[in-house]
Order: sequence, then structure tokens, then C-alpha cells
Amino acid sequence: MSLNRYESQARGPLVVGSKDYHQITEDICRPVEAKPSALWWTGFLISAALLIFGIVSVTMEVMYGVGQWNLNKTIGWGWDITNFVWWVGIGHAGTLISAILLLFRQGWRTGVNRAAEAMTIFAVMCAGQFPIWHMGRVWNAFFVMPYPNTRGPLWVNFNSPLLWDVFAISTYFTVSLLFWYAGLLPDLATLRDRAKVKWRKWFYGLASFGWTGSTKHWQRHEALSLVLAGLATPLVLSVHTIVSFDFATSIVPGWHTTIFPPYFVAGAVFSGFAMVQTLLLVTRKVLNLEEYITIEHIDVMNKVIILTGSIVGIAYLTELFMAWYSAVPFEWFAFKENRVNLNSPYGWSYWIMMGCNVLSPQIFWIKKMRRNILVTFFMSILVNIGMWFERFVIIVTSIYRDYLPSSWSTYYSPSLWEVGFFLGTIGLFFTCYFLFSKYFPVIAIAEIKHILKRSGDNFKEAMKTEEEESLEAFEHANAHH
Amino acid sequence: MAIKKFITGNFYDEKVLFPAVTKVRKAGYKLYDVYTPFPIHGLDKVMGQKDTDLHIAGFIYGITGTATAIGFITWALTVDWQLNFGGKPFFSLPAWIPIIFELTVLFAAVGMVLTFCWLCQLAPFVKKDHFSPKITDDTFLMAIECTDKTNEAEAVAFLQSAGAADVKVEHRETGWWFGTYDKDTVKFGKPVPEV
Repeated sequence: MSLNRYESQARGPLVVGSKDYHQITEDICRPVEAKPSALWWTGFLISAALLIFGIVSVTMEVMYGVGQWNLNKTIGWGWDITNFVWWVGIGHAGTLISAILLLFRQGWRTGVNRAAEAMTIFAVMCAGQFPIWHMGRVWNAFFVMPYPNTRGPLWVNFNSPLLWDVFAISTYFTVSLLFWYAGLLPDLATLRDRAKVKWRKWFYGLASFGWTGSTKHWQRHEALSLVLAGLATPLVLSVHTIVSFDFATSIVPGWHTTIFPPYFVAGAVFSGFAMVQTLLLVTRKVLNLEEYITIEHIDVMNKVIILTGSIVGIAYLTELFMAWYSAVPFEWFAFKENRVNLNSPYGWSYWIMMGCNVLSPQIFWIKKMRRNILVTFFMSILVNIGMWFERFVIIVTSIYRDYLPSSWSTYYSPSLWEVGFFLGTIGLFFTCYFLFSKYFPVIAIAEIKHILKRSGDNFKEAMKTEEEESLEAFEHANAHH
Repeated sequence: MAIKKFITGNFYDEKVLFPAVTKVRKAGYKLYDVYTPFPIHGLDKVMGQKDTDLHIAGFIYGITGTATAIGFITWALTVDWQLNFGGKPFFSLPAWIPIIFELTVLFAAVGMVLTFCWLCQLAPFVKKDHFSPKITDDTFLMAIECTDKTNEAEAVAFLQSAGAADVKVEHRETGWWFGTYDKDTVKFGKPVPEV
């Protein structure tokens, strides 16, 4: 009986170099156990500084009110909700990688899922800030929860997409956190068992919950991962669907469209993967993990980027066509005059969006470009900019000209504190990511070991000879008995 | 909680481990557990373990969430305080589907993770006696529990012949207790009397 599940030579190895189980532990634990480098400190301090600036900006907003942002009538949602949707979108890649790719049995997810899930959690944390502080009187934020109150009790409006959002985002955050942490337990136990210093033993001992590695526990762990993946898959689709309902259920021209849910989900995956690329290209370099996050991984993620980017492109064209085809003058005006028209006040943002999201990813049709690290890094930044502008276009160009032309005159541009708040969440995101990459294994150690004998470089080579054997002998040796 | 006597052996290759498990079971030894650094598919079957029912628990938690959401929203909006939202019916089920779905997922996920932790006895500050720190690295450790019928010397030789390395006879606490890993192991159980 061969325990190695066979994998074709046509797929590149997912673990490069001649590795064994112990070497994997060593390689992935090394950055956690070593002193942080100067580069880490630089990045961490810059992020922390941004975070502090964000805290100052939010303080200004809380002290003096939402008027600190340049929101006006008719633009009640400006940068703030743009940033919210942008961050939630970014938070979709992690669960897509860990859940959907688990269900599809994609081996390459093992190299990137841990970091992507962490990124998801941090992105959702950032996203949550925006609707909360946008409330203005943030000390009343708990009013969104349906709790028995002294006002009747007067319940929240369960028919409102904004309340659906409260449930969707908080459920998504909770489930992602549980999924991530359940996967972390065995790896934290590895760190615990390697710990030499007292505080490390204490910390990883506490964090690993007393994990032993018993076969029965692994069996339950696998069952848990599979069912959580099954739950997280419709969840991840539902979250951005519900975010798109915030817009789609209204009657604002440019928002009032039925393609929003799939269009938003594709966009979310698109931007999420771009952020994963940005982070992992740096992580693999700084932490010397190029043998685990290989060019193969980057290549497949770029394929996802071009797929989802093209879906987004089709969606842009579809909504443009439908605006015209619907024969609703308001819809067509919103698209023709507020967006496509380059001479309109915000026409430039529409074309930045088109350029970054639809045109530029087409470069990934070329294999050489998909496997080029610099191009990928540049593209990942470009896609993130483009996806930010997508949300900006949807929000601002639809509401800066409402049904009342007399209120059209005000041009909206963000205030310092509005931008500062956004920079602050970038600070929060990267501060969390830097801490994560220092204290937690950025790659799922147990999962890499699990695929080693199938996708590891040295083991694949051994399989090559098997592949040249006669089919009968090969089947005899490899079929599951 | 009890301290029991075990015969343990290390394995480094799945191809050796699987036949060894079968052999040990056939010979009638009490196979206590096999500890591995990562999940090995099929090992639970070879060890004769039943499938886990965790997913059934997940389903029950899920429908509990569904029922909670439907029940609560129906009560709040049709019985407790009827509010007219744009002339729509008080019982407007389609508009509640998103929240019903979210609560289904939330209950199922949280319930399953808690059940998983309960079944495996995992929690912060829970401490257990581990056979070897190499289990979470690269070693598959098989533990055979000594009963009053077990002939130790024979069992050690048997395990060695099955391909195990570093075969040892050792005493281990089988329960868990609250503690931290920076302290030395304190075993609480009463030792099982020597044969």
C-alpha cells in the first residue's frame, strides 16, 4: 500500500528543496524564534505611527462630530464607507483560500492559508471601524444589537440591509477567527514543545490549549476543518452579497442593480488576492520562506486575479449596458455623465478604476509575467488602488448628483482627519500583521507536512520514476486499497 | 486521572507505522494512542476508531441557530412591538433570510468549536502530560497501555520488531489539569499498581 497520493509531474512542486518533516518545523519556526530584524522593527514602527495618527484622527471626529469629515449633503458616505467596503473586500481572500480551496482540494492553499486568514481577520477588524465611527455618537453603537432595552423594548429593524451587515460582518469575523485559531492549535503546540525560554513556554502553552497530537484529536480536527470550510464558503459569499445589498436595495441610480451581489463578491476576491500577494511577496522574502511560498503559488494566485478581475470587468460593462438598455434616464445619466464622461468632476476616478482593474491585470495572460515577482508586486498594488476607486466611484459618483440639481454644486474632497482615519486602519492592519508574523507561524506547519510527500520537490522526483513504469504496475502500487 | 504505565515507540515513516499498528492490534495489545505531528489520513481507520459525530453536532447547532433567528425575529416584529416598515407585512420572512442564515452559521461554527474543545479537552491553561516533545515535530509515537496481562519485555521486543525506535517503558498521567508549561510536570493521578 502506498500512502503517497499520486500527483502529476505537470504540477510544480509546492515545497522546493529536499525537505523532511523536521526541516519544515525548523524553517517555519525560525522567524518566530529569532530576534526580529531591523527591517521588522522599521515596518512595525511605521505601522504603529500610522495607527497612532489614525487614533488622533478618530479622536477629532468623536470630539467634534462627523462634520470633521468633509461629508456634505448629498454625500453622506464618502471615504468612510468606501474604506469599509474596501477592507471587507480584502477580508474575503483568506476565507476563500482556506475554505473554498479546501473543499476543492487545492494543495497549494497550504502554503498561503495561514497568512491569508490572519490578513482576513485584520482586514475585517479595520472594516468594522468605519461604520462604527461613522455613527458619530459612537457611545451609542451598541444600539445596533437587538437587546432588551428601556425604549419599549424597541427592536432593531430586521428588514434593513444595514442591520444584515451587522450580523454578517460579526458572524464572518467570529467564524474566521475560530477557523484560523483551530488551525493554529497544532502549530502553537509545535512552538510550545520547542520553547526554551520560560515566557515562551508559558505563552505557547497557554495558546496551544494543551494540544497533544492524538489520532482521535486529529480526526476531530479534520472533521471540524471540513465542516467549518463548508459553512464558511456560503458565508464568505453571503457577506459581500449583504454588503452589496446596502447599495442594491436602494433606489439611487448606479446602485439600484441586481448584478451587485456577484459583482461585489468577485471584486472582493480580486482585491483580497491582490492584498495576499502584496503581503506574501514581502513575507516570503523577509522571513526566507521562498521554499514554501513558491513561484508556483504566486502563479496560481495570479490566475485567480485575472479570473476575478475579468469577472469584475464584465460586471462593469454589464452595468453600463444595462443602464443604457433600461431606458431609465436617471440610470443612464449616472453612468454617462457622472462616470464615463472624463470631463465630469469625478470622471477621472472611473477611468482609474477601469485602468487598474480591467486593463492592467490582462498582463497576467502571459505566463512569464505571472511568474515575475516585481510585476506581481506592482500589479497587486495597482489592483488594490483600482478596487479602492471602484468603491469610491460607486459611492461618490452616484450620490454627488442627486435628483435635485440645485444641490449639485458641492465638490466633495476628504478632510485631513478623514484621510487620517484611513491611514490609521492601514496602520492597524500592518501593526497586527507584523505582530502576527513575529509571534505566530506564518505558514501552517502541520498542513505543509501533510502535503510534503505528495507535492514536495524530492518526493515528486521519486514519483517521476513511478510515472515511467507500466500503467499496471503503477496502479498496483498506488491505488487506494 | 490516573498515572498509567505505557510502552512507547517512535516511528518516522508512515509506511512503517501503518503495518505496525495493524500488527500490534492483531497481537492483542491495548493500543492506547498514536501521536502524530500532522493528520495522517486513514490512520484512525487502521487503529479501529469510529468516525467522529462532530458534524452531526454541527448540524444540530445549525438548526438551533435557524430556529432561534426565525423565532426571535417573528416574536419581536409581529408580537412584541409591531412596526410598520413601508407598509410591508409584519411577518416579512424574505427580508429575514440574511440574518437567519448568518445565525445558522454562527451557531454551528461556535457550537462545533466548543464541542471540539470539550471532546478533546482543550482549553487555555489546560495542561497534559506529553510523551515526547518530538511528537509535534517529526515523530509518530505509538503508546501501548500496560494491563495486568501485558508481558513488558515481550511487548518491548514486539514493538521493536514492528519497526519502532527508542522503545521505552514509562509512566504517564492520562488526565489533564490546570497548569502552565513553564512549570515542571506535576502529576496528580494515583499510580496504577505495578504488576
